[in-house]
Parts: sequence; C-alpha cells; structure tokens
Amino acid sequence: MSTAAVRPRRRVPLDSTLIVYIALIGVIAIGAILVASVGRNFFSEGNIRDILTGMSVLGLVAVGQTLVILTGSLDLSVPYVISLSSLLAAETMKGYSGNIIQGVLIALGIAAVIGLANGLIVTKLKVNGFIATLGIGLIVKGYLDTFYKGSSGSVPAEFQYIGATGIGPVPISTIIMLALATLVFLFLRRTRTGHHIYAVGGSLDVARLSGLRTAQPIIVAHVICSVTAGMAGLLLASRLGVGSPTVGSQGGYDLLSIAAVVLGGTLLAGGRGSIWGTIGGVAIFAVLNSVMSVMQVNPFLKDVVRGVVIVVAVAVYTGRVIEQRRARYGTKEVAK
Amino acid sequence: MTTTAPVLSARGIEKGFFGVTVLKGIDIDLQPGTVHGLVGENGAGKSTLMKIIAGVYTRDAGTLAVGGTEKSYTHPLQAMRDGVATVFQEFNLLPERSVAENVFLGREPRRYGFVDTKGMTRRTSELLAELGIDFIDPTASVGSLTVAEQQVVEITKALSFDAKVISMDEPTAALADHEVELLYGIIERLKQRGVAILYVSHRLKEIFDLCDTITVLKDGALVSSGPASDLTTDELVRRMVGRSISTFFPPAVEGTAVGDVRLAVRGGGNAHIDGIDLDLRAGEIVGVAGLQGSGRTELAEALFGAAPLTRGSIALDGDTVTVPSPRRAVKQGIALITEDRKAQGLALNQSVLDNALLVVRAVFPGRTGAARQAVPGVLTSLEVSSRGTGQEVQFLSGGNQQKVVLAKWLATKPRVVLLDEPTRGIDVGAKVAVYQLMRDLAKEGVAILMISSELPEVLGMSDRILVMHDGRVAAELEPGVSEETVLAAATGTLRSSGGEVAL
Repeated sequence: MSTAAVRPRRRVPLDSTLIVYIALIGVIAIGAILVASVGRNFFSEGNIRDILTGMSVLGLVAVGQTLVILTGSLDLSVPYVISLSSLLAAETMKGYSGNIIQGVLIALGIAAVIGLANGLIVTKLKVNGFIATLGIGLIVKGYLDTFYKGSSGSVPAEFQYIGATGIGPVPISTIIMLALATLVFLFLRRTRTGHHIYAVGGSLDVARLSGLRTAQPIIVAHVICSVTAGMAGLLLASRLGVGSPTVGSQGGYDLLSIAAVVLGGTLLAGGRGSIWGTIGGVAIFAVLNSVMSVMQVNPFLKDVVRGVVIVVAVAVYTGRVIEQRRARYGTKEVAK
Repeated sequence: MTTTAPVLSARGIEKGFFGVTVLKGIDIDLQPGTVHGLVGENGAGKSTLMKIIAGVYTRDAGTLAVGGTEKSYTHPLQAMRDGVATVFQEFNLLPERSVAENVFLGREPRRYGFVDTKGMTRRTSELLAELGIDFIDPTASVGSLTVAEQQVVEITKALSFDAKVISMDEPTAALADHEVELLYGIIERLKQRGVAILYVSHRLKEIFDLCDTITVLKDGALVSSGPASDLTTDELVRRMVGRSISTFFPPAVEGTAVGDVRLAVRGGGNAHIDGIDLDLRAGEIVGVAGLQGSGRTELAEALFGAAPLTRGSIALDGDTVTVPSPRRAVKQGIALITEDRKAQGLALNQSVLDNALLVVRAVFPGRTGAARQAVPGVLTSLEVSSRGTGQEVQFLSGGNQQKVVLAKWLATKPRVVLLDEPTRGIDVGAKVAVYQLMRDLAKEGVAILMISSELPEVLGMSDRILVMHDGRVAAELEPGVSEETVLAAATGTLRSSGGEVAL
C-alpha cells in the first residue's frame, strides 16, 4: 500500500507571521514613496528612531495581550494599569534615584496583583474575560479618577534616561520591548505553561481531557499581561517625568493592543498566533502613524486608515480558516 | 484462541440515563494482541460501553479489571494512564498545533526544566515509525492533515501512553476506501505489539477482515460473544437485528394518492455526495437509510441549499430551479427539519411563538400576520404541551421541542419536506405524532424525504427506501424488504439476484 502516492496534494498555507511581515514591507515601501514625494527621507535616523519609539509602549502592551488572547481571553484593563503604574512609580521615587528599584517593584507588583485578580475571575468565577477585565479596569479607573486630579510624583533624571536615550537610532525602550518579546517567545516555545496557553485557547475540552489544569495557563497569561502593561506605564513615566492618571486611556492601549495582536495574525478566539506576528502588527501601526504624521494627514483620515487596515487584515486571515468537514468528492465533474 | 489472561475484563456492566437502561449486564474480555469487534445497531449500546471503558461515563453496576486489578475510572485520563486509550469519532486534537505538540499535550518532555521540542519531535517520529508511518511530519500542524492522518495522530497519542488497550469508535466512518488500508496496516502493527483492540464498526466487511472475536449487542443486552470464525455475515446481521417491526406506525391516510414528481434531481453532487438521481412524488414518503457518515445529512443539506449541489440539476414540479441557499429553498417551498434540533432547529431561549414564526418572519414577512393566527391551531393539532405560546422552548421536552420545529416549517406551507432523524431522542408518544403528521402531509400532496438511523422507522413509514453508502445511493428498495437487506446495502455487502449491487 503506497499511501504516500495516493495522498491528496496538500495545500501549503502561508505562515501568518510571514504574511504580516510581507504586509509590513509593503507598508514601508508605500510609506517611503509617499514620504519621499513630500521631499523627506523615510529612512533618516530621526524618522527610524521615531518609529521605533512609537513601537515600544504599544509593543510591551501587545506582547502581554497576545498571551491573554492566545488563551481565548481578553484584557481591557491595560490602560488603567498603565496609568496606575506610572503614578505608583513616580510617587514612590519622588525624584530620588535611590528609590528607583522600590518604585519599579511596587508598580509591577500591584500590576501583577491586578492581573491575578483578572485571571482568577476568568477561571474561577467563569466570567468572560471581556467583562471581567472591563470590571476590574473600571474599578482601577474609579480609584484613579477619585484620588488623582492630575499628574503626580516625579521620577529622577536617571530613570528618565530609559525613555530618552538609545544606541544609535535604536531607543533603549525599544530594546527593552524586544528583549521582553524574546523572553515571552521562549516562554511560549519552551515551557509547558507556554504550550498549555495555546492548548486552552485552542479547545478547553481537549485541554481538559488531556489532563491539563486549565486555569493555570489563563491566570499566568493575565498576570504577565498586567505586568507588561505595568512596564509600559513605567516607560511612559520615564518619558513624562511624572505619573499621569490618564496616560493609559489617552493612548487607547486596550483596543489598540488588541488590534495589533489580531493584525499580527493571532486568532481573537485563541489557540493560534505568535509574538513575532504581534511585533509585526505593532510595527505596521507605528509605520502608518509615522507616515501619516509626516504627510500631515488629518486626524479623521488617520483613524479611517487604521480602521481599514484592521478590517482588511482580519478578512484576509479568515479566508484561510480550515475546512471542518473534509470533501469526499471533488467539486467538479467526477470521472467515472 | 489463546487462553492468556485478558488485559481488560468487564463483568455485568450496567448503565442507565434518566431511568432508561441502555446497558444490561454486559461481559467483555479483551485479549492482548487480538482485535475484538463490537457490533450492533444504532442505539444498541456500543458507544456507551466504550465510554464506560474509556472513563467518560461511570458505570452503575458491574466490575472492570485492567491487568487483573479492579478499576473505577472517573476521568478519561485515569484510563489513559493505565494504558486504556480510546480513539473517538470526534478527535481530541488541537488543529492549530503540531503533531508532536498534540501527541505530548499535557506531558511535554522537559530537559533542564524547559520543554525539549527536539526530543518531542524525535519521540513522535519514533512512535510514527513504530506504526509504519513515514509520511507524517511531526512538526506539521494537525489542521493541515487529512482525516486519516489525524486519526493516525490520535493512535500515536494513545501509543505514547504505552497503551495496552485501544478502543476505536467507527474508525473508518470518515475515511475514504484507500485510507482504510492504512488503518488495517496500523492495526496489524498494534496487534504485533500485543495491544488489545476494541473495534466498533457498522461495516461488517471490516469486522470480518480484522476481528478475532466478535461481540454482538442488541438493545443494550449481550447477544453473543465468540470467535469470528464461527460467524457468517448473514448470521451476524440476524443476531444484530432479530426483532419484529413495532406496530405503532400509522397507515397511510385514506385518500392519499402518489401523484406527479415534485422534486427531481439528476446527476446531483457536491464535495460530499455524488451521482444522486432522485424523484420525490407528491404524497410519497421516501425513507433514506445508511450508516453515519454515508452522506444522508449531506444529501438533505444539498437539496436545501445549505451545502448546494455543484453539479447536476434540480427540478421542482417540472421547473428547473437552482437552490444556492436555504433562503431560496424556503421560497421554493422546501423545508428541512434538521438532525440537531437544539443547535440548528430552535432558538432555545425564545418563545414557542417566536420559534414557530421564525422562518415565516424571515422569508415571507408579508405572511406573518396570517401565520400568527394559524400557529396556535397548528400547535394544538400537534398536541404541543406548553404553558402557552410565550414559554421559552428550552423548558419543553424533546418531543415538544420537535413539534415546535415542525410547526415552524408547516407555517411556510412547504411542497417538499426533508426530515433528518425526525424522531431522535423523543418519546414514543411524540414519535407517533410525528409519524401521523407525515401521513397527513402526504395526504395533502407534500413530498416527503425522511432520513433515519432507525431501521424499523424507515421500513414502517416509507413508500420507497433509498440506501446511501459512501455518498452515493447504493440501493433503492421496496418497503417490504427485511432489515437485513437494508443493513447489507448500507454496509456495502448486499448481494441481490442480479449479482453484486453497484457501489
């Protein structure tokens, strides 16, 4: 029985991460031409630095969001965690360099606790992730609105270097973001929990029947997501020099990070996706923003472009969904 | 027959659901290195027995010993750890993950605390090689594999637990003929390893090809268990069926006349069915028999435009029509009562009235008023017992829910009614009501196609019987035929006076 010979020819699907980077190259090419048409250089050091800086904060949030989305959940509380983290850090540091470590630990620690709460509500109380994180987000927002009327605290000059310096055209903040992305990539690839994050997102039933403790990967993903949001808050504090109760929500990091993850080829329903796809998605947004700023596109058109990009991307991906029931006969006339 | 100690031994297994006994004192012994066939009609209790052995269901009474030790499984994983693995029809695989990741899900091998991806891939290759498979890439995503290859992955997963017993539920139901050969090869390898295989199948040819021992179940009871060499196909079928047709099928209503052809299909086919030639006449009830996966539901879905025909033609009352969507089908007077009423037939948390008006509102909004007036009468004539038309259908019994589905379609005044397993999971009283309704519709000149897995129902209600096999109509039979003949046609072993029936 030569099974290999009669095996139907397999359709080789394009890896979705590859599609993202092809799209990124396309966006860069078109962007470079448009920028050149107004007499500017897309590849100038200043412009590259702007784009990479633009990637860093959204990148941090989107890396965490990727984990949560892979498990089949969502995190809408990130903007408030970002704001809270910036405030906690700035208020703890009070401008003294000796307080930096303390400030960072407190900010990330509180962020982790919020992530733990999200994860426990999703897994133990069985509340849909959308609602659970919306609720926790609102609670944090309420705290911020009540106790902070404006910017507060201050971070020392040393801490501000993180947001202000770089190696050549590459800002330190972007290096931190890419290092974190690499860590999370290895986490997904080389730890059991990482594998199980894909499993619970792919099918909770299959995961359970394979003997997985299904709560653990979801909780871990939520904690990591909140911590990366906390790191984004620290980065923003270092840029602003102060903590701000609105820095997260003004950035729209909840929906923007979800959009970047989906743009990067991760299924919103979970189970499939990659960190590098997400970074590609973040890069596409950063390039679009940069090009549109240089071109001085009006804000309404900016949002239109972003919206179109997201919708087109998802439409392209859904065209690649696997057929559930295998064909027994061809769709054309069968030779008798 | 070897007389070694059985690797798995079950005694007096009993199981009931909601007070209905589905297994009555079943004994079964599985010997290492042999294939044990488990056969019986739909509803005989084969799947239930398998699920008890797999730890999916807990038994009500009886004992189960694995390797001589008494076991009481409450979770499939416990059975797996003891080397009792099951390959279900519904695969437990993650389509987006690789073969190796699926095989070792939950037990990923680690080195220095990190998942050893290379080792996992290598180990999977070794397991595949033990099965004689060299064409599956352990790093390929499962979703990119064919059904047969996915089944191999499931078997590999079982093997990775060092399985001593592997149960297979209808393993060939979704396979094409050439893929069945592959499975035969794998089963031979497993036998050589000393694995005991419990093989559940409707396809009697396979049972005789593969099995050393055959156990026959009927209506939840053990009929016989013995060496395959003692049985012939005819004898096996007799043991599987062996009962008289129940008498509760109502006769045709007086004045019913089989009239002109309402629905005619010529050379119809799509990805799932092929070569369909079909005539449904006014006032006629045509039964469709066949095994699960033989293309019966796909036929109904094709006629209803849910999975449209890609070749061939359809004519309604003599006019050639196209049915590219369910909406067009409804407009042309075709109704489909689906197999799964909860998922496909009803909006469970809406009221009886809303459900009954669903199709009319969507497709014939102009008729809503008239239908609203008519619905209470239709529901009464079907004897739907509910607390009024405002009650949510999720609180009705299965039989009453099915009647609401029927009312929903009657409201569209169909010319052709397709019923897919119309009496599945409903009580006898409701069944009779469904049968009576079919007779009444026939009297009105409606053409009826009824798909059913229950042979007595097919034989008792049909004016003509089509038997499907492998996506084609394998035989067209008169209502007087025996269950054995229908079953033989469905399993591809029918021998008629004219020789082998073309399959």
